Amino acid sequence: MDAILLQILNGLDKGSAYALIALGLTLIFGTLGVVNFAHGALFMIGAFCAVTVQRLLSLSYELVDETQKDFLGNPLKVKTPYVESWFGPEMGGAIIDWAVPIAILFAIPIMIGVGYVMERGLIKHFYKRPHADQILVTFGLAIVLQEVIKYFYGANPIQTPSPQALSGVANVGALFGMDIVYPVWRIVYFFFSVVIIGGIFSFLQFTTFGMVVRAGMADRETVGLLGINIDRRFTIMFGIAAAVAGLAGVMYTPINSPNYHMGMDFLVLSFVVVVVGGMGSLPGAVLAGFLLGILESFASMNEIKSILPGIDQIIIYVVAIIILLTRPRGLMGRKGVMEE
Amino acid sequence: MSKSDLSRRGVLKSGALAGTGLALPTIFTASSAAAFTNEPTGSSVTLGFNVPQTGPYADEGADELRAYQLAVEHLNGGGDGGMMNTFSSKALQGNGILGKEVKFVTGDTQTKSDAARASAKSMIEKDGAVMITGGSSSGVAIAVQGLCQEAGVIFMAGLTHSNDTTGKDKKANGFRHFFNGYMSGAALAPVLKNLYGTDRNAYHLTADYTWGWTQEESIAAATEALGWNTVNKVRTPLAATDFSSYIAPVLNSGADVLVLNHYGGNMVNSLTNAVQFGLREKVVNGKDFEIVVPLYSRLMAKGAGANVKGIHGSTNWHWSLQDEGSAAFVRSFGTKYGFPPSQAAHTVYCQTLLYADAVSRAGSFNPCAVAEALEGFEFDGLGNGKTLYRAEDHQCFKDVLVVRGKENPTSEFDLLEVVEVTPAAQVTYPADHPMFAGGALGSCNSGA
Repeated sequence: MDAILLQILNGLDKGSAYALIALGLTLIFGTLGVVNFAHGALFMIGAFCAVTVQRLLSLSYELVDETQKDFLGNPLKVKTPYVESWFGPEMGGAIIDWAVPIAILFAIPIMIGVGYVMERGLIKHFYKRPHADQILVTFGLAIVLQEVIKYFYGANPIQTPSPQALSGVANVGALFGMDIVYPVWRIVYFFFSVVIIGGIFSFLQFTTFGMVVRAGMADRETVGLLGINIDRRFTIMFGIAAAVAGLAGVMYTPINSPNYHMGMDFLVLSFVVVVVGGMGSLPGAVLAGFLLGILESFASMNEIKSILPGIDQIIIYVVAIIILLTRPRGLMGRKGVMEE
Repeated sequence: MSKSDLSRRGVLKSGALAGTGLALPTIFTASSAAAFTNEPTGSSVTLGFNVPQTGPYADEGADELRAYQLAVEHLNGGGDGGMMNTFSSKALQGNGILGKEVKFVTGDTQTKSDAARASAKSMIEKDGAVMITGGSSSGVAIAVQGLCQEAGVIFMAGLTHSNDTTGKDKKANGFRHFFNGYMSGAALAPVLKNLYGTDRNAYHLTADYTWGWTQEESIAAATEALGWNTVNKVRTPLAATDFSSYIAPVLNSGADVLVLNHYGGNMVNSLTNAVQFGLREKVVNGKDFEIVVPLYSRLMAKGAGANVKGIHGSTNWHWSLQDEGSAAFVRSFGTKYGFPPSQAAHTVYCQTLLYADAVSRAGSFNPCAVAEALEGFEFDGLGNGKTLYRAEDHQCFKDVLVVRGKENPTSEFDLLEVVEVTPAAQVTYPADHPMFAGGALGSCNSGA
């Protein structure tokens, strides 16, 4: 029982990342009709926002310590972060320790800006082109972005830890008289994704801006005929979708050390999530994200793998095939989307 | 008046035949004109450095390339000579190889077997490389080794740790300086016994490809010989990034040791995930839970940050070694590039010197003469103590380092500390050991 609950938790936690990325993908597809293969790169750029903030906060000056030697036998240059000299070792250390949560504040405007530039500078020229062209150009863009990141940050993963206060494990089973420990940061990640997803849905559901966007998603032409500049609103939605992917990336960095390839690792999975959820369906993307996360987690259990070896590697694709055969529009797909 | 035999059909036939002949790869035709593939005839000789310049091991590849450039500089008489000064063989004079200036071309393996073969093939056919060396993956090394065997050039493997490279996939034209999975197991086992005792339950997470399989087999055999019980061996996809769903079952498995047969990004992520799940604070069967990473790399350990602290593993070489050869190499590399070399840089530097030395001793670039000079060659002064290039399988036998993640690093390079230098005799195995069975060296191919 403990093992099953643990895998459910793990699935929810994995599903959080899938759902956040798939939500952004669906927002872009639902508003602009663009199949954005660069969306994984936005997740990766978000993660590197956290790396950058960590590095900026850790900027140091060097003092030569004659009593210590470096690897060549020269006096050692001891680095002291500027924030520690400005705010004292304790406060400065705490600021560096909280680099990832602090990075959220920087990532939001940066990611909206990246999304805006990406949409206005490149993707808008492909709105009326076939989906194949959109896929090619956004996939190419993703490769360019990851090579740029690799040029500046290298190919190796970069350690970006969570704050000390949020590392370690919590006994989440204590409430039920069970002993189920789970990493605190992963629990934080799950609740963070719930808040973001809730925020996006509330924004679309309860604001005038959101109402216009939803109307535009349903019938872009009619909304345009009413004199509303729907293109501008859709551009803003592209920025918001980029910010969602970026925030998912920022918060993911303590879970796995970021590297330039992490966007591609998530991209294919996220597209499967979108297809399973139903193209253009926001609730479908979220539902499929969590569902596939849980299924993937269960498929990794030794009991399952002993019956079906290798199932952990293919489960998501098997589910996608079954869904597409039985419900071609996905779990919550809308009629007419990608069917013309 | 002579009658011309020229006809449109005849010209086309001749043209087609000539074209076919020209189009044949030089790999298959060179032998007709030369004594062996890419016999150097001018004042220089070209070596082919095939390293990952893109992809997940690009940083390791970049470090290998730095070491190769340093080796070429030293071979041509530049710099401070590095380990040429400490090398027990004195055949190298700093005037290139056999008086020919050493030049090099580079290829990008991308850590993909097909890309690595294509770049090696290009360096042999188009650039005239007389030797191919490099790589950061066993899959790539085995693929390129096979190609070099067919092409008739020597392959000096880079970082490859699978038993298969000098086991079932060994080739007469291939040579490995780096250690292997069996040696990791043999070196680690006594240390693990001293640290954790003989009553342990080990759980293996293994990267699902040739290197992972042979390392898992080697470590499990070595620890079971101590009396440890292997609870489970779970294969993880090479492309996996989040190992949490593989780590979670460990919590309730009854295991008290987790062995991570992972390398590179896999190692960074699986170790990070294991530490996140509190395994290091866990007590199972009345014992502290332990994690072992059998193959360590300093470059990769950096990605795992503080998570490596106190975790044991093995490595081929480490820059903190104090022997004359290591000190010379670190000084040379560190002065040129500003940071200490990695084990990948060390092994490829050694391989380049060893090849050049073998050519000099053989007095020929002929791959078969070079292979003969390398087989059974005993040397010292290259940072690993006395070393033997065994004739039977072309594997180097030398000391292996057991290392531990350092608790209080003094710099970003100071991540691992050597806890034991396991003597070569302890990691040596018979050439017909079952873990290395299934293949044969075959005979040397010079391309003639």
